[in-house]
Amino acid sequence: MTSQTSTEYEAYYVPEKSKLAVCATIGLVLSIFGAASIMNDLTFGEPGKDTSSWTIFLLGLFFFIATLFNWFRITIKENIAGMNSAQLKKSYVLGMFWFIFSEVMFFAAFFGALFYVRVLAGPWLAGEGEGGRMNGLLWEGFSFSWPLMQTPQEAVGGAGAQLIANNGTFTSAETSLSFGDAHAWWTWLPLWNTIVLLSSSFTCHLAHVGILNGNRGKFNFWLTVTVLLGITFLCLQYMEYHEAYVEYGLTLNAGIYGSTFFMLTGFHGFHVFMGMTMLLIQLLRSVVGKQFTADDHFGFEASSWYWHFVDVVWVFLFLFVYIL
Amino acid sequence: MGDHHHGPAKGLSRWLFTTNHKDIGTMYLWFSFAMFILGGFFAMIIRAELFQPGMQLVEPAFFNQMTTLHGLIMVFGAIMPSFVGLANWMIPMMIGAPDMALPRMNNWSFWILPPTFLLLASTLFMDGGAPAAGWTFYAPLSTTYAAPSVTFFIFSIHVLGLSSIMGSINIIATVMNMRAPGMTYMKMPLFVWTWLITAFLLVAVMPVLAGAVTMMLMDVHFGTSFFSAAGGGDPVLFQHVFWFFGHPEVYIIILPAFGVVSQIIPAFSRKPLFGYDSMVYATASIAFLSFIVWAHHMYTVGMPVAGELFFMYATMLIAVPTGVKVFNWITTMWRGALSFETPMLFCIGFLVLFTIGGFTGLMLSIAPADFQYHDSYFVVAHFHYVMVAGAVFSMTAAIYYWLPKWCGRMYNETMGKTHFWISFIGFNLTFFPQHFVGLAGMPRRIPDYALQFADFNMMSSIGAFIYGASQILFLYNVIATIVAGKPVSDEKVWDGAEGLEWTVPTPAPYHTFEKPPKIDPAHAHS
Repeated sequence: MTSQTSTEYEAYYVPEKSKLAVCATIGLVLSIFGAASIMNDLTFGEPGKDTSSWTIFLLGLFFFIATLFNWFRITIKENIAGMNSAQLKKSYVLGMFWFIFSEVMFFAAFFGALFYVRVLAGPWLAGEGEGGRMNGLLWEGFSFSWPLMQTPQEAVGGAGAQLIANNGTFTSAETSLSFGDAHAWWTWLPLWNTIVLLSSSFTCHLAHVGILNGNRGKFNFWLTVTVLLGITFLCLQYMEYHEAYVEYGLTLNAGIYGSTFFMLTGFHGFHVFMGMTMLLIQLLRSVVGKQFTADDHFGFEASSWYWHFVDVVWVFLFLFVYIL
Repeated sequence: MGDHHHGPAKGLSRWLFTTNHKDIGTMYLWFSFAMFILGGFFAMIIRAELFQPGMQLVEPAFFNQMTTLHGLIMVFGAIMPSFVGLANWMIPMMIGAPDMALPRMNNWSFWILPPTFLLLASTLFMDGGAPAAGWTFYAPLSTTYAAPSVTFFIFSIHVLGLSSIMGSINIIATVMNMRAPGMTYMKMPLFVWTWLITAFLLVAVMPVLAGAVTMMLMDVHFGTSFFSAAGGGDPVLFQHVFWFFGHPEVYIIILPAFGVVSQIIPAFSRKPLFGYDSMVYATASIAFLSFIVWAHHMYTVGMPVAGELFFMYATMLIAVPTGVKVFNWITTMWRGALSFETPMLFCIGFLVLFTIGGFTGLMLSIAPADFQYHDSYFVVAHFHYVMVAGAVFSMTAAIYYWLPKWCGRMYNETMGKTHFWISFIGFNLTFFPQHFVGLAGMPRRIPDYALQFADFNMMSSIGAFIYGASQILFLYNVIATIVAGKPVSDEKVWDGAEGLEWTVPTPAPYHTFEKPPKIDPAHAHS
């Protein structure tokens, strides 16, 4: 049935040994250990010095990021050295595709939570339907609307008055960030953020067209615009968060509206930061290292996929968190 | 880089820095066995406490930590990594690939695991003890009422998820991209097929679990109210998110086991697998259905009737593709030239006991009946029939089946068969009586019980000790084989075995298929 023969086969590059995995593990495990210790106010080392958890966390994180940086540096060098066969390149393509798919599912968990609360659990808490028979007794006077501007706890008169225990005090915001509560459409930041992010997806595509045509000037120009638009988005989001916390009282403690709002927009913002960083690195590779050609620019392509993915998530956020 | 033809490096650095799929597979397998022993040790503590009614050995709080850690370690530490190890060893050899698609990431996926489980186990020694909310860690038990160690648990789950996602991406890329020319999808061995689908499930649901524990983290430390009704959230939301992960997770555990059985039964029946195509479609159907049945784990939380009915009917549908599989395995054996070496014994044990577990699953799927069975020992019996007699038996069969190929030495058949019979008797003695005490109303996760359950519980405990002890025999047999087993040199260790892995020398050299093999286009699947 088989024999180990082959005709004109391009060898698949399998690195012999690598310290990267062990270094990345050390960094990752130290950073999660440090982070969990910080959250539980644990200290290590000499008594009286309470910075030890932070030291562990930051050292781990630094080591982790440095290892990842080195990891990507090595893979880029291998590609430039011509060690990557067409088949190996396809492995990277598949890897990136399925990584983005896993990110989609991560956001799906939070969107699922949002829909569940808005469509099912919220009305039940207000005593509606089959699911609400008990809840009506527990949370008398609570009525459900979205965005939720009065928590069940507030409806019954505070944490002391509620019939069941819970883990905190939940104080609603005065104003939501939904379109309905905006003063005027031109001061409504999410709209500008949408314009900024959608444009950046477009400029990212223009950069791609540039490199496909072998036009490095055009590539660099549009990629710079894209990165700047990404930074603009992050600045606007910072302003929005500031506004939410300081002016509207919309915080993580503001009940389920604040929880879902900050979780969805926060993780999205973090992903914008990641995507922007990825694109910035591609820009530096092109400007400083004169890397990428018309037919070999997967580092950029993968980052651009990520960028478009982040953009699509925003469209859903804009629709379900801000408008509807 | 450069010269690919030398063997493994010497010393510890071989294992720390390796990119070789066989080394990484070996590490996964040994690690998972270590976790199997640790999780089994926790199970022994549970069974020792339940040997007699009343409180004997441990505090109730510690008992809860034992049930929690036993479940977490067996699911995430023993069963899942063992099948990833098997995938690492076998998939490249089965599809004619030189290695996994992304070898360095492969090593990272493994090395993440040991320190993370060390971190998870170390919660036992923290203030307030280890997590004690069960392996399903429902809120608010795992949030409002959790010990501080829950933070360490949450981050452990994040990192384990990362390991699983990277491992799965690697498997998907390998299967989609590294098949030898002529190895079309419908010629792949069924083990490869089941792992491809399993890897897809993992990439789809591990991020959802990460989302669930992230919401827990936010609720515990940052004042959000995802799982707190006072803030407008809902504890039941946790269960929905968890089981959206959790139900596919049980198929993540069992599908590779199906793959193993589909390799071994044909080999010892000396017949090709019956209904190969239908096996592939059945696996894909089970994977699809696994996404729309999650709420059958929570019939009693007060869902609307429409929800109960939808999840009930969708769950019952799973019996159809699963029935196809059982039918095909039996039909493969029908009129075959059967022989009963240890791997085959474990597969037949799997077939009988997994089917019993499947039937009790069908009973549990009936929503009104589940109101009686829910959270009783009947559920414990059900999922141990599919997890232990399903996943663990098939994993054991896989070890016996491929061990000679891996190390070039044959295990002791008498000892193997003894291991099977002791396991089979011990397992059934442990879990069969649990059906009865469950139906009679004994709740799970409780350290004490009413007097009428005493006899059956004592039988369960004796069975558990027997099953536990039989694993020591297994460990001894494996080590004795590696060290001093009778050498075998036939490429095809088993005369009925088919597939590319049986075309390479025995023991399998450090690098195989550096040049892709030629696949005969006329040859059917292996």
